[in-house]
Amino acid sequence: MGLDLLTYILFATVMAGTPLIIAGLGELVTEKAGVLNLGCEGMMSVGAVAAFAVAYSTHNYFLAVIAGLGSGMVMSLLFAVAALTLMASQVACGLALSIFGVGLAAFIGKPLESMSLVAGKPVPIPLLSRIPILGPAFFQQQALVYFSWALLAAVAWFLYRSKPGLVLRAVGEAPVSAHAIGYRVVRIRYLAVMFGGAMAGVAGAFMVLFYTPLWVEGMIAGRGWISIALVVFSTWRPVRVLVGAYLFGGCMIAQMFVQASGVQLNIPAQFLSALPYLATILVLVLISHNRSSIRLNSPASLGQPFLPDV
Amino acid sequence: MAMRNLALMLVSGTLLLAQAPVKVGFVYVSPIGDAGYTYQHDLGRKAMEAALKGKVTTQVVENVEEGADAERVIRSLATDGCKMIFTTSFGYMNPTAKVAAAFPNVSFFHATGYKSSKNMATYNGRFYEGRYLNGVIAGKMTKTHIAGFVGAFPIPEVMMAIDAFTLGMRSVDPKAEVHVVWVNSWFDPGKEREATMSLISQGADMITQHTDSTVVVQTVEEQHKAKNVWCFSYNSDMSKYAPTSQLSGDITDWSHYYTRTVENVLAGKGIGPNTWDGIKDGMIKIAPYNVAVPKDVRSYVDKVMADMKAGKVHAFQGPVLAQDGTVKVPKGKVMSDNDLGAINYYVQGVVGNVPKG
Amino acid sequence: MWLKFEQRTEPSPLMSYLSPAFAVGLMLLSGMALFFVLGRSPIAGFRIFFLNPVKDLYGVSELLLKATPLMLCAVGLSVGFRANVWNIGAEGQFLMGALAAGGVALHFPNSTSPFLLPGMVLAGALGGMAWAAIPAWLRTRFNANEILTSLMLVYVAQLAVSWLVHGPWKDPEGFNFPQTQMFQAKALLPVLVEGSRVNAALFIAIAALAIGWVFMNRSFLGYQMKVAGQAENAGRYAGFSSKRTIWMGMLVGGALAGIAGMSEVAGPVGQITEHISPGYGFAAMIVAFVGRLTPIGIFFSSLLLALLYVGGEQVQQYLGLPSAISNVFQGMLLFFLLASDVFINFRLRRMARRQ
Repeated sequence: MGLDLLTYILFATVMAGTPLIIAGLGELVTEKAGVLNLGCEGMMSVGAVAAFAVAYSTHNYFLAVIAGLGSGMVMSLLFAVAALTLMASQVACGLALSIFGVGLAAFIGKPLESMSLVAGKPVPIPLLSRIPILGPAFFQQQALVYFSWALLAAVAWFLYRSKPGLVLRAVGEAPVSAHAIGYRVVRIRYLAVMFGGAMAGVAGAFMVLFYTPLWVEGMIAGRGWISIALVVFSTWRPVRVLVGAYLFGGCMIAQMFVQASGVQLNIPAQFLSALPYLATILVLVLISHNRSSIRLNSPASLGQPFLPDV
Repeated sequence: MAMRNLALMLVSGTLLLAQAPVKVGFVYVSPIGDAGYTYQHDLGRKAMEAALKGKVTTQVVENVEEGADAERVIRSLATDGCKMIFTTSFGYMNPTAKVAAAFPNVSFFHATGYKSSKNMATYNGRFYEGRYLNGVIAGKMTKTHIAGFVGAFPIPEVMMAIDAFTLGMRSVDPKAEVHVVWVNSWFDPGKEREATMSLISQGADMITQHTDSTVVVQTVEEQHKAKNVWCFSYNSDMSKYAPTSQLSGDITDWSHYYTRTVENVLAGKGIGPNTWDGIKDGMIKIAPYNVAVPKDVRSYVDKVMADMKAGKVHAFQGPVLAQDGTVKVPKGKVMSDNDLGAINYYVQGVVGNVPKG
Repeated sequence: MWLKFEQRTEPSPLMSYLSPAFAVGLMLLSGMALFFVLGRSPIAGFRIFFLNPVKDLYGVSELLLKATPLMLCAVGLSVGFRANVWNIGAEGQFLMGALAAGGVALHFPNSTSPFLLPGMVLAGALGGMAWAAIPAWLRTRFNANEILTSLMLVYVAQLAVSWLVHGPWKDPEGFNFPQTQMFQAKALLPVLVEGSRVNAALFIAIAALAIGWVFMNRSFLGYQMKVAGQAENAGRYAGFSSKRTIWMGMLVGGALAGIAGMSEVAGPVGQITEHISPGYGFAAMIVAFVGRLTPIGIFFSSLLLALLYVGGEQVQQYLGLPSAISNVFQGMLLFFLLASDVFINFRLRRMARRQ
């Protein structure tokens, strides 16, 4: 029973952390290009409702994930036009997107509320899933969980081992110099923002298709904001996004398991629920405190508008 | 001649007035959807409208947040000409009372609360009766002697449900224990799923909920084959989401209450007493038995249900002991409605402690 | 032919006034298009959404009631936003202010002192300030981004409210329901117009707007903060302390949000429950931006946003549209504003060929 419990906890942690990883990696790429997009919550919500609508009518989950991806991208374009072309404050645009996106999703999703889907089936990986404890926990997961790991590898490779990734990082560090060399800064930033939006949409799709197979207003429940926090938490390093996501997911799960075990606790349930948020603050403080580490890793131009030909 | 015309006018005017359908307002706390608490209220409303065809029209506002804004919505229904207004969630209590004071000619009905006045009555269902019966089924069919309960908030309504389920289960399986996970929300699919998984991981094979989404039963359905777990739905029959694993459920049927109440007001009989109806009044039902429920269990539960209707069995009949051993109801007695309405403790058999706060 | 943005030599004052008007106009047009797409008459939609709420005195009083906490929060936020201090946690500060003020009310259930209400206002301000001090301290001491820390604290504040109303502060006569006792009459803000709910908090809000105007336009500290926000390096060279800017920005925002929280629990709600804020702290950010971060602008934009809320309720009731339509309108308004703002600093130039 004890080992079985461990498997459960690991399994649930991985599931809980997956949308955070996907959205977090998308936001990381956006921020590496120097753009701060706070609209994650809105993009995830719209991605989720689009994926749900498509899955409900076509029963094709692959198509539904693509729908989520596409709609997240479209929403991110709203932000991109306002912040990159019209040069409005990135913080304000991101806020607008998150409020608008959540409202729009609630609006579109109204007729779908409380309708239900069959949850997607897990895809066990042949040999690996037989490993005791770790097998069922990590290798009998949904396809998108494996996607999140592949995404991590792809993003890390792209940023640190490929020329386009180098260009993107240059745009984030020194956009004026990059522009002088001849790189199309605004265009590259557009692409980065759209990638972030696409990933947020996929993360939203994961929530409604595989995590809790229904749609309800507000179901993203702050995960978009947590993904943004994760990027800072990770000091803009992809692997750390994964670590942070699982830590956070683990925090969310742990309090349920503690309660279910019936252990006599004199701690109010609300305190346990607050732990993930307090933990995030604590880690943010620890990471940010080391100013040189932050300066070393955070994109120098993050959040500042780029004005071509000024 | 003039008198005759006047009389004609008066008569036809009165007839017209008598025939104009009366407006009845409904305020819902969540979207109607296709299962859950609000869905059941809406079914009741539709049934009432059909039964009183032509005599009433209804106006529904759903997804009204509890709090200061609710007062505006309720008031708006009253100024709009509704003669009866049903507010279906606890959090509407104070706003309803305020508006009722301002509109003495309108009848107000508030669900699951405790404030009433000359033109405001309360109504509620004895959900615990269905819980007790579900508990009996669970006790008869459990293999692990552990049940799991996903709770929203530790308020009396939910505590009553947990305790009744436990009492029912232990009435046929004295070894049974019930584990509880609180999600601190009426509707949070993510947390409800995690709570369900954590209960299953503890060995619970009978799971139920006092929350509003279908995720709990869906999760049980998903895990049914691998873990041999079963579930009981709440508010609605959720078997379409859990066709193989839902053994039964605790269903609320508001239609009799709505029809009766509206009829009484139309007939000038007033708002009537505060209502707390149960199985014998047709308000509480249990969902149809799953095919997996054996015949002997069915007949046993049917008998208990019949006894309940006849008043021979009460979910909280003595002896009832709290978790800490104190006797809450001595043998031979039955818990009073007042005590029921204030339950804030676990009975023996529930594992864990009530969250502080 | 090619359109390009060319920076103006100086910001156009005409556009700063026209831009919000454009944004509102675009929002109205999009809204009517939305009603049409949803199968409702755009005219009826417009009427019910925008005109119905203010068709009688009660409606106007409800509008003012709803606008009051928005005004308070927004003017506090704008002090910070102008200085690039991004207080995203106003919602949490609102709740903490409500708790502090409510705590005072619950502690003195029989007091007849005339100092009770002012004491509650002060408590509300202190509660909000204390909650805002946390991200301020974390930023100045540890360089932790205040956007994220203040936001995380919102969730913590919500959980704190939940814990108190389920536990220590639960009304012992309340049948174990998660709510506190109702506040006694002396602990409630006096209502301004008999039969309505609009209360004295409106005066506090208007006073806050006036003080805010003076601070921003006539005080040296306000000037320092504006410079720190618009030209950080210039501010640093002039010796303006960035730490002081951050503290001021956060504390003012927290204090006013806290007072707004007090006004809600000592006003229309009359107790503490889990539903004392329908997201005022977040809506106030939109109010602040649409109001151009100026007190006069905030006065109007808070009325506008209050109208969007109440109008959303009306179309929900009469046209069967989801209440989330309010958020859709709010989001559209903000986007249109951000978009039309570009014309303040830039103008469009036609170029003969790509340069």
